[in-house]
Amino acid sequence: MKKLMNDPGDLVVESLRGMEAAHGDILRVSYEPAYIVRADAPVRGKVGVLSGGGSGHEPMHGGYVGPGMLGAACPGAIFTSPTPDQIEEATRALDGGAGVIYLVKNYTGDVLNFESAAELCVSAGIPVETVIIDDDVAVQDSSFTAGRRGVGATVLIEKIVGAAAERGMGLAEVTGLARTLNEEARSMGVALSSCTVPEAGKPTFDLGADEIELGIGIHGEPGRERRTIRPARELVEYMSEAIFSDLPFHRGDSIIVLLNGMGGTPLIELYLLYGELERVARTRGLHIRRRLVGNYITSLEMQGFSMTALRSDDRILGLWDDPVHTASIRWGS
Amino acid sequence: MIRCEEIMAWVRELDLVYQSNKASLTELDAAIGDADHGINMVRGFSAAAKELSEQTPPDIGAILKALAMILMKKVGGASGPLYGTFFLKASMTCNGRTSIGAEDLVVLFEAGVAGIRQRGKAKEGDKTMIDAWEPAVRAMREAFSGGGDVSEILRAAVSAGESGRDATISLAARKGRASYLGERSRGHQDPGATSAVLMLKAARDTLA
Repeated sequence: MKKLMNDPGDLVVESLRGMEAAHGDILRVSYEPAYIVRADAPVRGKVGVLSGGGSGHEPMHGGYVGPGMLGAACPGAIFTSPTPDQIEEATRALDGGAGVIYLVKNYTGDVLNFESAAELCVSAGIPVETVIIDDDVAVQDSSFTAGRRGVGATVLIEKIVGAAAERGMGLAEVTGLARTLNEEARSMGVALSSCTVPEAGKPTFDLGADEIELGIGIHGEPGRERRTIRPARELVEYMSEAIFSDLPFHRGDSIIVLLNGMGGTPLIELYLLYGELERVARTRGLHIRRRLVGNYITSLEMQGFSMTALRSDDRILGLWDDPVHTASIRWGS
Repeated sequence: MIRCEEIMAWVRELDLVYQSNKASLTELDAAIGDADHGINMVRGFSAAAKELSEQTPPDIGAILKALAMILMKKVGGASGPLYGTFFLKASMTCNGRTSIGAEDLVVLFEAGVAGIRQRGKAKEGDKTMIDAWEPAVRAMREAFSGGGDVSEILRAAVSAGESGRDATISLAARKGRASYLGERSRGHQDPGATSAVLMLKAARDTLA
């Protein structure tokens, strides 16, 4: 294993130090317990938007802390959910009197830890609502599993819900919006290579030189099936079919898409993939109204990509266009 | 009779046991989960052994409660809240006690496992740590009813827990991250059931 770090056990904290040094105008970092909060928190009278999860998915979530997106983010150890004490402290630092919404990706550990934190905060008098994000179509949703995983839709939902909170919407309205967005979003990913958890020291799984894992999760969890690599065009078609037929999306729908790199895929390939996605969407009569192309929810140095589509009306597009100023997403003023 | 000293010896043993099984637990987790279970357990129990030896609480309930809070803070993942809940519920059965006997021990484990069941909502057969815990606490109750002492109760627990753990190999996961694999999770031993049996073995080696 070769990684740019000092001691594997210090990676998360040392990265947070760098982040604070680079973006001190936007965010503050607490180290014990670890959380990132927007520099102007708490914002009086506005709902706080809080997310968190294991580290190793950067820029998610710390890169999205700032005006117009997240109020706070709680980073866990690599691929490990944050703990209730972190979330509780971050909630206290963030709450401006209008309550806090937790945006939680659907993984057993994340759900249990956020649940414990919400109990602590509610009993301390801070209103908290939780919305679970579960957009990954690669995983069967049934009573026999922990349900679908939360992946790329998280980025889009954090942006739009953050805009709603910034506009001054109340906790109930923001929560309803977040639930609607989750219902309207679908994603799927593919891996060309594994990633290596620094403290584990070796790749999480092995893929043959010409093999890919379709339906990969953001922690290297296996997905639907393993296949021999195909041309990008065919991969995008396969994943589009899985995503667009799942909601399903209909001819004429407006969508926001995220064409996301898993951390180890160059932009030249991501743009090629986006071009293919545009073509597929056009043949299906879907209108891509907004898009993000780049590394937004990653899996350490994994090679691969994911696609997310979110059905959007004018209200959602308006919130999307609202100003945002974070380390990794900024537009408007 | 189990006193605070034995409980503290159990905590220290858990630290050592998870350290020496860190790689194997993480490997089991890499096969069907996210490759962090051994790492998380070590982070939690190392912190617990250190903090509790620096300032040992005055009674068994207080030790177990402090342990619970440290695990919830340090472990993360699903196992943090689950093991944290185990020790929190267990601590409530022996508040203020500086020694406990055989039946107290059975009650302590039963309460802890009830906490895991409630928090994680898994049932036997779902391929989780519950597959080791449920048969283990049943065996403890049976051994106690049959007149067993602390040593016999804990040996029965280990033996039943091991059978439950081994049975997870052929199961398809229905809870936790391994459930995303469905049928592909068959053939792999559950890491949570494995760490649960290690906890029982450490109890057998230190409490009896």
